Amino acid sequence: MKLLNEHDRESCRNVWIISEFLPDGELHAVSFELLGAARTLAEELGCEVWAAALGRDVSKAAPQLISRGADKVIAVEDGRLEYFNDEFECNILERLVCKYRPEILLGAATSRGRALIPRLAGKLYCGLTADCTGLSIDKETGVLLQTRPAFGGNIMATIQSGGFRPQMATVRPKVMKALEADPIRTGEIIYEAVTEKDGEKIKEIIKAVTEAQSNVNLSDANIIVSGGRAVKGPEGFRLLEELASRLGGAVGASRAAVDSGWIAYPHQVGQTGQTVQADLYIACGISGQIQHLIGMQSCKTIVAIDKDDSTPMMQMADIAIKGDLFEIIPKIIEELDKNGINKGGNKQ
Amino acid sequence: MKIAVCVKQVPAAGDAKINPETKRIIREGGKAVVNPFDLYAIEEAVRIKERTGGEVIALSMGPEKAKAALTEALSMGVDRAVLLSDRAFGGSDTWATSYALAKAIEKIGGVDLILCGKQAVDGDTAQVGAGIAAKLDIMQAANVWRIEEIGADTVTVKRINERGWDVVRLAYPALLTVVKDINIPRIPKLRDARAARRAEIPVWKPEDIGADPDKIGLKSSPTQVVKTAPPAARGAETLKIDGSSEEAANVFVSELIRRKLV
Repeated sequence: MKLLNEHDRESCRNVWIISEFLPDGELHAVSFELLGAARTLAEELGCEVWAAALGRDVSKAAPQLISRGADKVIAVEDGRLEYFNDEFECNILERLVCKYRPEILLGAATSRGRALIPRLAGKLYCGLTADCTGLSIDKETGVLLQTRPAFGGNIMATIQSGGFRPQMATVRPKVMKALEADPIRTGEIIYEAVTEKDGEKIKEIIKAVTEAQSNVNLSDANIIVSGGRAVKGPEGFRLLEELASRLGGAVGASRAAVDSGWIAYPHQVGQTGQTVQADLYIACGISGQIQHLIGMQSCKTIVAIDKDDSTPMMQMADIAIKGDLFEIIPKIIEELDKNGINKGGNKQ
Repeated sequence: MKIAVCVKQVPAAGDAKINPETKRIIREGGKAVVNPFDLYAIEEAVRIKERTGGEVIALSMGPEKAKAALTEALSMGVDRAVLLSDRAFGGSDTWATSYALAKAIEKIGGVDLILCGKQAVDGDTAQVGAGIAAKLDIMQAANVWRIEEIGADTVTVKRINERGWDVVRLAYPALLTVVKDINIPRIPKLRDARAARRAEIPVWKPEDIGADPDKIGLKSSPTQVVKTAPPAARGAETLKIDGSSEEAANVFVSELIRRKLV
């Protein structure tokens, strides 16, 4: 099992990223963000950036990955790669990692990455740090330093796994900076075939559905309008949806609102819901229990709207609006209209 | 159907403390609870057993005190529980923890289905479930929010992701990690809670599960914590807006525009 670790660790070289795709086969923006992070590390180490791209057809993605910082693209194409299959992708990657021996491997902390990458680390016997917010190379040892929030963001831990190869980390979308596409950048595309063994003992994908409703995708949203107990019911969330639609954002909710059945679970932000990283988080009638704050405190700008200005949310917010959300939100929508701001098109 | 459910005892929210030397979480002292996601895994395991018959075994790794989490699992209808506990397990990272749990599941033997919570709320890594599946070389599905069918040879589940959901079919033995929405965990009856408190919970040591001493504990863990630091403080002071709704909305939207947020 210690394929890369016991013998010639020194022979492991280059920084890999595992590309993330959207359901339509386009690259997810996090792939470019991973490349941006990988470039910085590779320059420090004096090595190359390689992107692994697994999909039904990656012919369009491969040059895009190069233009965003990859020196080489390992392209693996197979019809079965259209939908996420943990075992299949893990088998392929395990084989390729053992063949090409990367020093560092970065993946996206998406629902796919958070299932696939730990399986891969489990197989390879190497370290993996989830949800890193900072990556750097230790000047003395050349080891990858991985910083992540721990214990609900109460502490930042710096972790290393330099005794094992590859050193692996996942990064949430919107944390790292992508490089601008450089159309004249050149690189090499290496096509790797799927083997029969890769396809053994893999699950069957019966059906995959992409929700038409776009306001539920919290992890990619730049703006989230989120509601809590004071939203009072499903009708209250209609108002939040309208505001979110004007802003081109998604709708979030506190656990209290979800448990009351006012809005579906995929909207829940917090400890037992999702962790979000939006540029703008508008908390409407959310008091800000620790379990909720854990899930949204790394949003860049936090706005709170509440009648009670003594709540933890109103205290921690960058902008705190005191008042009745049922009165203020319609006025905000009017004000946005006056300024010609309507990102949601003609939904309302 | 033989089902193993993995349970972790975690500090209650806002009650986590760090050992300044090892930089690991202090599991002694402080209020501890069953990892919230694991309650859904326990409930789902018990529901499957109630439908298909069989046995549910709860498994945890931690200090002696973690028996409390297993007792809670027993009170919810789990048939028996096992605790992995030994100094040699101490400081295990997610890799070493998955390894130990996988060895224990092998020792239990004949397990068809392994259920875990989606992630533990202290570490938040979601790595142990997939790690166990990797070590056992079995199929896995994460973020399961519905079990569609428990068949004779396969289990069919619905997984959620950022953009929707899918339905996948796994051959046994299989490992599933479940999200909150899958069920509503039962409140144990007083009588069951009392019986659970009386139940014997065996403690397994590394030698009991045939664990390689070089693959468990702090020293064998691939990841090592180098340092910990407080998070960067949030920016400037709170901008407070009040007044009439019209005024507040006007000031707010101007502020959003000024900060280039819209």
